[in-house]
Amino acid sequence: MTSFVEPFIRRKNEPTNDLGLVRADYDGAMSTLCAGCGHDSVTATMARAFFELSIEPHKAVKVSGIGCSSKTTAYFLRESHGINTVHGRMPSVATGAIAANHELAYIGVSGDGDSLSIGLGQFVHAMRRNVNMLYMLENNGVYGLTKGQFSAAADIGSTAKKGAVNELPPIDPVSLALSVGATFVARGFSGDRDQLLPLIKAGLKHKGFGLIDVISPCVRFNDHKGSTKSYAHAYKYYNPAIHADYVPPSTQIKAAYEAGEVMPVKLHDGGEIRLRKLENGYDPRDRAAAIGKLFESGQSSEIITGLLYINEDHKDMHDMARMEDRPLNQIPYSELNPGAAKLKELQKGFR
Amino acid sequence: MRPTNTRNPDYFHTVVDCQWACPAHTPVPAYIRLIAQGRYSDAYMLNRRSNVFPGILGRVCDRPCEPACRRGRLEEEPVAICRLKRVAADHRGDITDQLPKKPKKTNGKRIALIGAGPASFTVANDLAPLGYECTIFEKLSEPGGLMRSNIPAFRLPEPVLSEELGYILDMGVELKLGHKVESMDALLEEGWDAVFVGTGAPRGKDLNLPGRWDTKDKDGAAGANIHIGIDWLESVAFEHTKKIGENVLIIGVGNTAMDCCRTSLRLGAKRVKVMARKPRAFFKASVWELEDAEEENIEIIVNHSPKSFVVKDGKLTGMVFELTEYEINENGKIISQKVTGETTIPCDDVILAIGQDNAFPWIEETSGIKLDKWQVPEVDEATFESTRKGVFFGGDAAFGPKNIIWAVEHGHQAAISIHKHCQGKMLGGRLPNEVEMLPTKMGMFEWRYSNSYDDAARRKMTHVELTKRFADLDVEVELGFTADQIATEVERCLNCDIQTVFEASLCEECDACIDICPVECLSMTPDAEDEAELRASLSASENIEGQALYVSDALPLTGRVMIKDEDVCLHCGLCAERCPTAAWDMKESLIQIHYADEQDGGQKREQGT
Ligand SMILES: Cc1cc2nc3c(=O)[nH]c(=O)nc-3n(C[C@H](O)[C@H](O)[C@H](O)COP(=O)(O)OP(=O)(O)OC[C@H]3O[C@@H](n4cnc5c(N)ncnc54)[C@H](O)[C@@H]3O)c2cc1C
Ligand SMILES: Cc1ncc(C[n+]2csc(CCOP(=O)(O)OP(=O)(O)O)c2C)c(N)n1
Ligand code: SF4
Ligand code: SF4
Ligand code: SF4
Ligand SMILES: [Mg+2]
Repeated sequence: MTSFVEPFIRRKNEPTNDLGLVRADYDGAMSTLCAGCGHDSVTATMARAFFELSIEPHKAVKVSGIGCSSKTTAYFLRESHGINTVHGRMPSVATGAIAANHELAYIGVSGDGDSLSIGLGQFVHAMRRNVNMLYMLENNGVYGLTKGQFSAAADIGSTAKKGAVNELPPIDPVSLALSVGATFVARGFSGDRDQLLPLIKAGLKHKGFGLIDVISPCVRFNDHKGSTKSYAHAYKYYNPAIHADYVPPSTQIKAAYEAGEVMPVKLHDGGEIRLRKLENGYDPRDRAAAIGKLFESGQSSEIITGLLYINEDHKDMHDMARMEDRPLNQIPYSELNPGAAKLKELQKGFR
Repeated sequence: MRPTNTRNPDYFHTVVDCQWACPAHTPVPAYIRLIAQGRYSDAYMLNRRSNVFPGILGRVCDRPCEPACRRGRLEEEPVAICRLKRVAADHRGDITDQLPKKPKKTNGKRIALIGAGPASFTVANDLAPLGYECTIFEKLSEPGGLMRSNIPAFRLPEPVLSEELGYILDMGVELKLGHKVESMDALLEEGWDAVFVGTGAPRGKDLNLPGRWDTKDKDGAAGANIHIGIDWLESVAFEHTKKIGENVLIIGVGNTAMDCCRTSLRLGAKRVKVMARKPRAFFKASVWELEDAEEENIEIIVNHSPKSFVVKDGKLTGMVFELTEYEINENGKIISQKVTGETTIPCDDVILAIGQDNAFPWIEETSGIKLDKWQVPEVDEATFESTRKGVFFGGDAAFGPKNIIWAVEHGHQAAISIHKHCQGKMLGGRLPNEVEMLPTKMGMFEWRYSNSYDDAARRKMTHVELTKRFADLDVEVELGFTADQIATEVERCLNCDIQTVFEASLCEECDACIDICPVECLSMTPDAEDEAELRASLSASENIEGQALYVSDALPLTGRVMIKDEDVCLHCGLCAERCPTAAWDMKESLIQIHYADEQDGGQKREQGT
């Protein structure tokens, strides 16, 4: 816990984005997490991504559940919309919000406890529906907020702070996502912002469900020797296999790269994701290959990271369900609520 | 790249922008903290150690520190460093018992100091307490040099000047007034152990345009009503000149011009125009001097080049100027100019304020002291010795006109040389600066300095009302800071001497410091070949000039390096506050600068706050 207030300082000659806002305009309240928590690093990276994409803060929505990770929606985008739902229920609330207004940028923030234990069902169904949002799963292998119990993401053999050994097999959110139809699946590490920042930008611009499973160490309860989610462990086994750059529509420069070295993926907004440093023959557009690669790396202790799978052609929830295109708040009341007579008429059709 | 060597005493010194920019390296943030604690006498004494004349300089220093101040990179205005110095002087108690004393007995070495300006007085200040018998020769009837004869009393009151000169005279320094040194050879004959030349740059430049010598005074002498700025100010200071015409033109727009125009108003001028050849961006005067003059309704007219004096029947009636247009490129340099016309501006008096030259008509070639063709002596930039052993120069006499604080610094350095010279030691073997790092952590979220950022704007000094200030020549215009102003202004200082110090072996690369830093000056990146490459990889490196990158040793987990861009760091300590392992810490850097009394077996002095 901290007991000081982060000052908001405007200085002259500070870099601004296309909206004339400075990076600090995308900050939130001072974090109350333990100093050194990986989640704070992710928060800062998310704030920077929104800043660099010049997203107007009032056109962004943050949704989260319960946990240290879920608390962090308070620590960035102070002028955006946000909902802290009950434990594990964020995906449903987000789905509803997006149904009501799909023109905003949605970012969900959750933890391995929130998403893989109590919220597992909700999490899976949001992916199945390909809800158009970016879902940040800040994965520390424990329930940080409740003082460090193993989560469903803890690896077999990993030890708790006081020595207890985990014997249950972990749920890997990335494999899970691939198997239920998420269309943008990535893994990152809070310690590598160079990789994480473009992933977040690309995930926000991807149309459909984007998952980033971010290894985000808990300094207080899971940063010891024997933990497989500590800083030291993550740095040691970290393999940044695929690097994704997001190139916005306005600044696309004509191909300054060699074929084979970079794999471009066109996005719906006219922008492009460029994948770099691909291992021989690996194609993140091939779901079967992605699953195979994950399985392979799972045999060693290696933490494979980067944009592991992308499918930009799949319909999102809005298209699949043929939903109203206009945000509900822009539809005249008479149309939204055509009255009792119309309802009766409609009901007749179902009799 | 090699990690930053923070043991090099200059490294942290450069981070304290103000102290580094100050020619005498006054420990600014340290004295501001003392003022904040109400320890005015201590603040005064800390100042005095480096700049000798805090009361004088707190009013009229050229303040190279202020344009350098870090605060000016964050917002529009720097800390009012200079005016806080005056606060220390205004509110000090009796400090006489803390001053260096006249020694019980002298060491028998006799030093001649020529000219009673700040340079000579500083040499005397440093040497007299060590036992040297110092004698100052001054051609005028009062000591102080240009501080007395040229800087007007409405900026620098006479009692302030006399008191601080008096402190030095009380150390047993002999002052011979009305004693002009006419021959260096003759003086050298007298067998002094060392001679210091602090005679300033005493010759004001003239402007020999048509008509210059056509005016006549009532006795028929040529050149009446056309004055040379520094001579005219001197004659006002010594009350030989008591009035001036109603319409006055000042030629030139440096600091001397500002004093001439404002003094004219006090002698009865009604309309004073300062005539500049070039546009405002090229003015030599300090911004604050221009502001003060304009506050007094002085008109500053640009793009007028003087062409000739208009004289009718031996009486000055005006001046002809060429209207000049300049073409300026994107770097702000003049690339061409053309004359577009001519105009005559009527006037009763003209004051020429276009610069000063050195002049040493009294130094014979036979003395072995070499002067170049501009009469500038050949002087060693570190030791201040001339081409004749045992003869030293300092202040404006050494390298041409500068300012008081440079004269003081020259004096300190010359004093060290004289001390060594008199002991037959090498002049070059001076004690190097050192840096000592002191802890500042007091407890959780508690530091020994006021670390939180205060966004208050610079306090504005109150001035005497316009209706009251012209009554007399010596009505001081600035009133000093009020208690409220002091309390606010001290908090604006960022404490740049409280340094962020990094211990790589403790860092676990969690990024907490990077996230908390409100100005984004930290980053961790793979090491690079050189600084340019590192800068290219940083997000926060908008800065091109000035400050360094602080590069750590390799970090234990990844081998990357922690980098801090010193440029905009607020010294707020949040990184150190936030770091779970105390890899960042805040430490006070004490730059130890050794004056004559600490050299060659002298006691090193306790420093710090
Ligand atoms: C109008 C004006 C305003 C200024 N305002 C400022 C200001 O606001 N702030 C600032 O920092 N600086 C200011 N300066 C500059 C500053 O006054 C000088 O840089 C500084 O005084 C130089 O000090 P010095 O000791 O080298 O010599 P000086 O102060 O010039 O003193 C030299 C002394 O030597 C005496 N002397 C000369 N020849 C002989 C001789 N042969 N025998 C005996 N005595 C001799 C002179 O009479 C004089 O008293 C100003 C200068 C001028 C002209
Ligand atoms: C319905 C309900 N059950 C249990 C809890 C207790 N609880 C709070 S946070 C949490 C786990 C959070 O873990 P995770 O999502 O991994 O977040 P972290 O703190 O590790 O970031 C639990 C079980 C709760 N708040 N609500
Ligand atoms: S903020 Fe204070 S310490 Fe820093 S440069 Fe300015 S005056 Fe000096
Ligand atoms: S003291 Fe630390 S947190 Fe504060 S500005 Fe400097 S580097 Fe950033
Ligand atoms: S907060 Fe401390 S441990 Fe964390 S990265 Fe910064 S210096 Fe290293
Ligand atoms: Mg967790």
